[in-house]
Amino acid sequence: MNRHLLSAADLSHEDAVLVLDTARELAAVTGRAVKKLPTLRGRTVVNLFFEDSTRTRISFEAAAKRLSADVINFSAKGSSVSKGESLKDTALTLQAMGADAVVIRHSASGAPHRLAHSGWISAAVVNAGDGTHEHPTQALLDAYTMREHLAGGAGDLSGRRVTIVGDVLHSRVARSNVLLLHTLGAEVTLVAPPTLLPVGVETWPCEVSYDLDAPLPKSDALMMLRVQRERMDAAYFPSEREYARRYGLDARRAALLPDHAVVMHPGPMNRGMEITAEVADGPRSVIVEQVTNGVSIRMAVLYLLLGGAEPA
Amino acid sequence: MTSNGTTYLLTDVRPLGGDPVDVRIDGESIGAIGTRGSLAAEGAHVVAGAGRVLLPGLVDLHTHLREPGREDAETVATGSAAAALGGFTAVHAMANTEPVADTAGVVEQVWHLGQQAGLVDVFPVGAVTVGLRGERLAELGAMADSTAGVRVFSDDGRCVSDAVLMRRALEYVKAFDGVIAQHSQEPRLTADAQMNEGELSGRLGLRGWPAVAEEAIIARDVLLADHVGSRLHVCHVSTAGSVEIIRWAKSRGIAVTAEVTPHHLLLTEDLATSYDPVFKVNPPLRRPADVAAVREALADGTIDIVATDHAPHPVEDKECEWNVAAFGMLGLEQALAVVIETMVAPGLLDWAGVADRLSSAPARIGRRTGHGTPVEVGQPANLVLVDPWARRPVDPAASASRSRNNPYAGRDLPAPVVATFLRGRPTVLDGALCAPAGPRP
Repeated sequence: MNRHLLSAADLSHEDAVLVLDTARELAAVTGRAVKKLPTLRGRTVVNLFFEDSTRTRISFEAAAKRLSADVINFSAKGSSVSKGESLKDTALTLQAMGADAVVIRHSASGAPHRLAHSGWISAAVVNAGDGTHEHPTQALLDAYTMREHLAGGAGDLSGRRVTIVGDVLHSRVARSNVLLLHTLGAEVTLVAPPTLLPVGVETWPCEVSYDLDAPLPKSDALMMLRVQRERMDAAYFPSEREYARRYGLDARRAALLPDHAVVMHPGPMNRGMEITAEVADGPRSVIVEQVTNGVSIRMAVLYLLLGGAEPA
Repeated sequence: MTSNGTTYLLTDVRPLGGDPVDVRIDGESIGAIGTRGSLAAEGAHVVAGAGRVLLPGLVDLHTHLREPGREDAETVATGSAAAALGGFTAVHAMANTEPVADTAGVVEQVWHLGQQAGLVDVFPVGAVTVGLRGERLAELGAMADSTAGVRVFSDDGRCVSDAVLMRRALEYVKAFDGVIAQHSQEPRLTADAQMNEGELSGRLGLRGWPAVAEEAIIARDVLLADHVGSRLHVCHVSTAGSVEIIRWAKSRGIAVTAEVTPHHLLLTEDLATSYDPVFKVNPPLRRPADVAAVREALADGTIDIVATDHAPHPVEDKECEWNVAAFGMLGLEQALAVVIETMVAPGLLDWAGVADRLSSAPARIGRRTGHGTPVEVGQPANLVLVDPWARRPVDPAASASRSRNNPYAGRDLPAPVVATFLRGRPTVLDGALCAPAGPRP
């Protein structure tokens, strides 16, 4: 493992499988009455959130606490970060406080990279989502969820077909998922209107389709991305209804999936936009499971980065 | 320190890389040129040329000196010092100061600050529109008629994107032989853009800055210039497509000139992978194919000049996240080094070509007759003595600029400037500043 987790590309095949295997062992703790391991006792994990994300923060917080780490939540939203210099000042503060790991969420792509490589701080840095760049722990928890359902909870995802639908252009989840799923041997297809695909997507290790119906019968997993309604104001698509018709997942489309396929969403969902309530709450949906698995994955990442060289 | 009466004898120098000669500077002019040893050394300060190259003093058509308003980034005095160390004897100070240089009063202030500093001639560029807001024309005639004698007008930093306003500006400056230097950036296509749009911007999650945003404006502007018969200058050409459009326009006889920056001759977009904002610049660093195209265009004259776009920023505006960092990088002190590295060393440009692209052509575009003159007897002694062989790693801390946003930090580059003379007076000798940086602190 690298010292930091900034991008899903930081993970080799071996690293990625190790994280998933470690998470599986640690998941057993979550099932116990006393959900706690002494592994990171005396270590300090800082959740440094420059952008609101309650669900990601509490997931990391739960993960660190279950490993007995001391957790400091540092919410910089609303403070004077508009000029950005407080990233450095904040880093120096955390360094002075002796942080062992910093989990950072930031609206600026590359902020975790800056934090890790600027020399301001010696802690391990975990990217908890940066701008439109990456969200590697989300990709790991998605891969974990797929592996549980599609590969018996072991090994990698060789030959599994994953379709990711929606606003790829602005999605850090899509970037990290394409990289990690490719590493794990899965075949990924991105589906979006051409306006919501980045320039150069043809060089990514995946297929691209403008049509949602075509890849569905061959998909083992279908991941719907959140689409912000504001995007239509910038002419990415004409209207909410047209988007939902062409790229939304409703019961008709869900019926095109093979019987074993799962439906996923990184949350928070726009019900009625990219996914109907019927499908989100339906039998194929593993959306709530993704949240549960997120804690195990983040436990594994913190454990492995903070020197847990031995199996849990 | 007066130059009148002081004589300098430059021995064994090669004007424009030609045969070695001795050159005597009498007062403000070149007094004599003779074969080695033929000119009397008595009473003269001798500068041993040792076979180095003598060029006319460099002229920068695109410099940000930040004064008035952002003296924390640069002053006219510190920028002038950096310019002299880079071999320049004249710079054109861009208008995006605070207040904007959009009145005769502000351009005269900048002009006088330059004279006080006394290291290079500072020619103010006037804003095209009031406050750079792109709404109505600034008083271009008043700036032209002022002491500063402005001939170059630009809203640089912003594009004059309104087609009617651009047309009117092009037409209006014909009355005093002015030129509009356009910052070609279609604003709607580049809202919140961060780096060149391509495979890499998609991977890094940084909002893309498409080449077409530059090329569409250049295409429109050359057609407008043709239509109204005016002079257009295109600032900081950065893409292969822009080169093609300018080449086409020149083949049609349109009065367009163009510049390329040192950084677009050398650096490429992959530097953004570091997320270090020292590499964040407007227009953005582009692909290797674009770098090859602008080098070729500079060699064949499609791009007329090298201009630095020297853009100082204080540390706090760069030591931060990429998205919130300021655009721009330093350029005055490394411009000639980069041209030697990218153009002279590979054989794309000879020394006469360097003198043209960095001195006589920019002086001609800016209509500054006292600069960019030939190395001949009777011409103003605006000269730079160049060592083509010296090299050293770039040390940003050694800069005379007040800022440190140097994209070449640590790079092994030529260190060519040995001496600079402004109208017969040395501003740099032995590679070091030899005059006080003016009366201002």
